[in-house]
Amino acid sequence: MGDKNKKWFSLNLNRKVSNETTCGCGKSSGGCGSHNSNPIPNTDSKIKSIGGERTKDGFEQVFDVKMDRRTAFKKLTASLLIGAGAVSTSCSMLTGDETKEKAQIDWEEQFKGNYKLMTDDEKKGTVDRLMRSYELRTGKKINMSSKNANEDVLFGYAFNISKCQGYMDCVNACVEENNQDRDSQMQYIRIHEMKDGRGLDFGEADDNYYHEVPAEGHFYMGTQCFHCDNPPCVEVCPVQATWREDDGLVVVDYDWCVGCRYCMAACPYDGRRFNWKKPEVPEAEINHNQHYLGNRMRKKGVMEKCTFCVQRSRAGKNPACVEACPTGARIFGNLLDPNSTIRWVLENKKVFRLKEDLGTEPKFWYFMD
Amino acid sequence: MGRLKVFKSLVKDSLDVITHGSLRYHIWMASLTLIMLIGMYCYSIQLEEGLSVTGMTDRVSWGLYISNFTFLVGVAAAAVMLVMPTYVLKDIDFKQAVLIGEGLAVAALIMCLAFVVADMGGPSVLWHMIPGIGVFNFPNSMLTWDVIVLNGYLFLNITIPFYILFRHYQGKEAKSKVYVPGAILSVFWAVGIHLVTAFLYQGLQARPFWNNALLGPRFLASAFAAGPALIILVLAIIRNFSAFNIQDKTIKKIALVVTVAAQINLIMLVSELFKEFYAPTHHSESAYYLFFGLHGKTALLPWIWTAIPLNVLATVLLTFHKLRNNFKILYLSCFMLFIAIWIEKGFGLIVPGFIPGPYGKIAEYTPTGIEIGVTLGIWALGAFVFTILAKTAINIELGKIKFKK
Repeated sequence: MGDKNKKWFSLNLNRKVSNETTCGCGKSSGGCGSHNSNPIPNTDSKIKSIGGERTKDGFEQVFDVKMDRRTAFKKLTASLLIGAGAVSTSCSMLTGDETKEKAQIDWEEQFKGNYKLMTDDEKKGTVDRLMRSYELRTGKKINMSSKNANEDVLFGYAFNISKCQGYMDCVNACVEENNQDRDSQMQYIRIHEMKDGRGLDFGEADDNYYHEVPAEGHFYMGTQCFHCDNPPCVEVCPVQATWREDDGLVVVDYDWCVGCRYCMAACPYDGRRFNWKKPEVPEAEINHNQHYLGNRMRKKGVMEKCTFCVQRSRAGKNPACVEACPTGARIFGNLLDPNSTIRWVLENKKVFRLKEDLGTEPKFWYFMD
Repeated sequence: MGRLKVFKSLVKDSLDVITHGSLRYHIWMASLTLIMLIGMYCYSIQLEEGLSVTGMTDRVSWGLYISNFTFLVGVAAAAVMLVMPTYVLKDIDFKQAVLIGEGLAVAALIMCLAFVVADMGGPSVLWHMIPGIGVFNFPNSMLTWDVIVLNGYLFLNITIPFYILFRHYQGKEAKSKVYVPGAILSVFWAVGIHLVTAFLYQGLQARPFWNNALLGPRFLASAFAAGPALIILVLAIIRNFSAFNIQDKTIKKIALVVTVAAQINLIMLVSELFKEFYAPTHHSESAYYLFFGLHGKTALLPWIWTAIPLNVLATVLLTFHKLRNNFKILYLSCFMLFIAIWIEKGFGLIVPGFIPGPYGKIAEYTPTGIEIGVTLGIWALGAFVFTILAKTAINIELGKIKFKK
């Protein structure tokens, strides 16, 4: 987002004059190594920066590049361990075609590139592989999308503190929609129960209550990932496994994440969750309508977070929390559409955001009736 | 070809040296091996089950591993306090100790890297971080800076002593033209590794406990106290168990370095405490939690109230020349200082950063047995590596192993 396209107020703290890339180094020369994603179709395969991620698919991003002997050796050792297993399976005479195909998919998935840097074809390729892999493993079909951000869309969210009664329907809907680990009860949304007369005192609030709501003398306030316009979590990621999409969603490539949890330490809003163990969702409860960047099944040791239900929002629907809320406290929409409800709220209500002093520019506003 | 032959012979000789020794030496190495094996077993459980076998949670997402990593970066950086006087200021008194200091830096760096890998959720995809084949988010992410400086420092600290020892092994003098530029570079680099590691935390606006301009300088001061303190202890042991002659005045000079660094560290501690407690704000809550506990949650109190008295006592003892020049008291103070700074720059720095959480939630952290097992295993690995390096270096320096033409 260049400053000139902006249609909402911002503090302009920490904001660099950007050139339509998500990189924050302020240069366009590509020296920082994070510019190779911009306008993707670059068919001249001779011009490459990092390993030629621009034009090649999957593990070709990694392997089909000009390299000297040293790099080749480096890559060989890196892949040897994982490769050995896959090769031994795929070469065995006793295994069937399906096992071979599975091994092939595992191999390609292990060495595919960063989703952020893939072309649309490559994105489709990995999504197809993941769908096929799921079918081979469970015999069931899923539908996974790799839909990119729509033009002229910037998602925003507003939360009406006066309306929320703390029913937590949003939390349950979110868990079901996004295939979160049931065992550890991972939840993207936290509802804080606050005491009347104490203002917004998060320290006194309880975000883990088990009693009938609305409780006498309390009011409720929900938090989740605020999809900051200047997200600190994105800056700190050492491998660019998390980034801000063009429609403002801050997403994670679960397959690229190395699990260092630096983004978690950097987030001032408790917006990120980590898979401390292998996430488990009973087969019957799995939501089969998935998006690569959204609710597809995660593995252990990677970060995940609220994506404003990218699988729904990019298909023109509201996120699950908005749809589930029985009080109408949650409002979601396109900030660039002057006729949207969210714009109406921003223009007619006294809205505020949390920790504005940090310069993170959340796209999540609170207001009261 | 000639060099290759010498190298082959060096490897053979050093293998010979490290596999032979007194009974005590064998017991030492065997117990280290045992601890490493236990650590590896614990790590295999962690690999299988995921990081859920540790005490870390979404509320406190870094724990014992990152604490030890942070502390050990300081120990590694401390080698500069011996390198600078020896190679740059040409102080002859440090000459015997400097190789030991560099060996310690290598061991500490290997431990650092091991701790970082142990903390990763997906060690099998770590190649994503290798520049060239992965995506290296440089210069935006301080973690990428840290990867560069740590590996660079490791390289410097392996090559410089290796060159010197390689020459001595052949009975030749090391050419200062070759290694002094590297040594000077490593002086700056050492400051770099610790500052960059501090910036890793200092740059997070989300964590007010870390987001503090004194963090980096205080890292340096504590590192230059704890690291040389460890070197003194190691030299004392080496003096005791080998023929390697380390003079009293060498140890006394290093003790002076420790003393000054410990004093500066204490001044900075006072400054930090003053800022947090004279006019406490919302951002002082982490410090309150660390020193006094919050809402009845007091897990860190025993740790920090062990660290602070030890730190003060050791610094006071070191300050008096008479006491410092008494080697028994010196060793005791160095030990106290080392423990105090390990607590303070490890546990006492990382854990309170997450408590209270971004919305004031206080969830405490206690490491699990598996986490402690892996940690001990990595420490044993460090000790093992150091013993091997030191034994080889000492034998070359003593002329016990030599290249035979």
